[in-house]
Amino acid sequence: MSRTAPAELSSDGIQIERHWQELAGRRRAYSWIIAIGLLVTITGSLWFANESNAGKFFDRLPHLFDFAGDLIPRDGWEVWRAMFDLPSPYFDGSLKYDYPEGRVYLFSGFYMPEYFYKMLETLNIAILATLVGFIFGFMICFAAAKNLVKNRLIRFVARRYMEILRAFPEIVIAGFFAAILSLGPIPAMFAVGIHTIGALGKLFFEVVENADMKADEGLRAVGANWIERVGFGIVPQVMPNFMSYALLRLEINVRASTIIGAVGGGGIGEELRLSIGRGHQAKTLAIILLLFVTIIAVDQFSAWLRRRLIGDQAFAFGG
Amino acid sequence: MNAMTADAIADFELRHPAVFNPPFWRRFLPLLIAAGIVAYVFYCWWFFSIGTVLASGQWQRAELYARDWVSYAIRTTVRPTPTGPTVSYPRFSELGDNPNPGWVVKNGNDVTIVFGLDKSLDINDQRVIATRGSESLTVLLATDGAKPQGTLPDWATLKEDQVTVNFGFAGQADIIPQRVVVSRRFFGWANFVFDTASPFWGKSFGEVASLITNGERIKPEMSNAALAFDNIWFNSSWQHGDVWTKLLQTIVMAFMGTLMASLLSFPLAFIAARNITPNFFANQITKRFFDFLRSVDMLIWALFFTRAFGPGPLAGISAIFFTDTGTLGKVYSETLENIDDKQREGVKSVGASPANVQRYGVLPQVLPVFASQALYFWESNTRSATIIGAMGAGGIGLKLWEAMRTNTNWHNVAYMVVLILAVIFIFDGISNALRSRLAGKSHH
Repeated sequence: MSRTAPAELSSDGIQIERHWQELAGRRRAYSWIIAIGLLVTITGSLWFANESNAGKFFDRLPHLFDFAGDLIPRDGWEVWRAMFDLPSPYFDGSLKYDYPEGRVYLFSGFYMPEYFYKMLETLNIAILATLVGFIFGFMICFAAAKNLVKNRLIRFVARRYMEILRAFPEIVIAGFFAAILSLGPIPAMFAVGIHTIGALGKLFFEVVENADMKADEGLRAVGANWIERVGFGIVPQVMPNFMSYALLRLEINVRASTIIGAVGGGGIGEELRLSIGRGHQAKTLAIILLLFVTIIAVDQFSAWLRRRLIGDQAFAFGG
Repeated sequence: MNAMTADAIADFELRHPAVFNPPFWRRFLPLLIAAGIVAYVFYCWWFFSIGTVLASGQWQRAELYARDWVSYAIRTTVRPTPTGPTVSYPRFSELGDNPNPGWVVKNGNDVTIVFGLDKSLDINDQRVIATRGSESLTVLLATDGAKPQGTLPDWATLKEDQVTVNFGFAGQADIIPQRVVVSRRFFGWANFVFDTASPFWGKSFGEVASLITNGERIKPEMSNAALAFDNIWFNSSWQHGDVWTKLLQTIVMAFMGTLMASLLSFPLAFIAARNITPNFFANQITKRFFDFLRSVDMLIWALFFTRAFGPGPLAGISAIFFTDTGTLGKVYSETLENIDDKQREGVKSVGASPANVQRYGVLPQVLPVFASQALYFWESNTRSATIIGAMGAGGIGLKLWEAMRTNTNWHNVAYMVVLILAVIFIFDGISNALRSRLAGKSHH
């Protein structure tokens, strides 16, 4: 390609050129300021985190895998013995190898291994909390939807109410109910459930606001009241999305209830924390394995069901 | 509209059997699901013995604890003596070393405790008169116990030799012949700014302001402003300094964890996306790696890193970093797989290098979505950081949990909850504003 010398710019052209340079320069300056600001924040944050941590990062780094190394069981069967509560040949009277302790006998001679029972407990916390959240979120969400409620005040109250339920730290709800009901799975359920009401309610009312209002219009034309309009016009079209969100929430709640369990809510989370704290390697590994498999199973099941309910739309990112 | 004849109806039914005679499972599915849910709830009721637990719960405590969130009680003990009652306060009373509150009125040999407009307790060495509204109760202080005169109103109880009078929210008093223990409750948080050991304690805002701006130095080694700040920061009952530092730890945990996770999952997502890296093994390995990080719960990562680094924000950052690298990586790679290929082809067709194809063909499409998802996770991780903090990762969560376990510091819990809610709402706002700017107005 042969190049010709650039033509002389007219005075207008020079002005435009200068203006463009100015804008580009300013843009570059902003980018630099943001980059430097971010760098300073990151360095400061990391320094602060390191300073206020019990162990220092570089001191502890060589020991990062000590704990993982400790977890290696004495032989390949040990983990399965711990998981299924089978007697261990290493049993020495201590809790460490006392796997049959804690078996849950369903009927004579037939038992459920302790960790499976605890896992079931955690799963039940999650499912029941999701159910409670679904029911109450369902009841509140219509009051917050712009297309169904014209009264600004009702909408405002409903939305703020859900926001507070959502933002309120779960651990405080758990702690509060633990003080009344004593530690156990029910405070955990309250905590997860109350958070779920807010979280699902928000997603639900956004779905309702995007609903097709033609069905509602038709019902209104034949003189249906508000409840009939919602029940026959809105609910049938939003239900698949509601179910999909509830399933997504179930995945999150299974994780949340293990975490709440670890701070005193019972279930598998508590067992895991205790067994790590006491240094019971085989038990820890068994619990981690069980938890891992359960979470994958719940995720896969929920993904399958959601795909059946609303197709691939279920996998678009929902805010 | 014309009415339909019976024939027309029958004909209609015949033509659309699926609508008028749906198969059994379709007709009764909602009912079956509802029955299943009810059965499941009953099962859970039995499994957790919810009924028993709820019934044995101490619900009266709920009211007491909820009250402690927004109010505080001051205890005083009145000992009737022949020379006039003595009034004493506990050593670390909210009222300071030398209390002389307005609600304790000394009048010769009588002491009157005022609980409200028409609620009061009048004490001398012979008797106590409790007044609540139009009712009043006289309790004689005999040597063998407190003797209430007449019938007990429903706000007073007699237990052996002790009479307890209840003034509702305003407080209560336990009367035995040797002493009257009064608990007087006030709305609000006591000594929130300065504790009783501070020289600024009990001064009005104007006095404190003038002391700071042009007063004599109270302590010669530091200015009054520095002293005031020091007193607030180390307030013994509210521990502002500690609470704010712990809150900052939690914020740092969420911020750094999410930032590092998004920075690492960004390049990994390009490897995991099958349209960007057309190599089956590379895709599968990265995707399974994401799944692994995600499915090993945040709980396990948190416990693991607490063991490795000791309690503190480093453990929290690492736990969030590991879990969210998995989640964000999955989300990012799915976003990449759904991009529009035309732009990439366009950039490729003019002879751009592979790096430039990604830079100009892919990045402009996905960057707003990536940033928006990272912001969303940042906001939700602020919540998670509180919880994993309570397990030992440090931060405000641990402090909150400790305050709750004492069962008496509910006002501190309330303070921390207010701070956490404020942080969450602010971050929610920032994240929403940034996300709607990134997504443009047409996104929703």
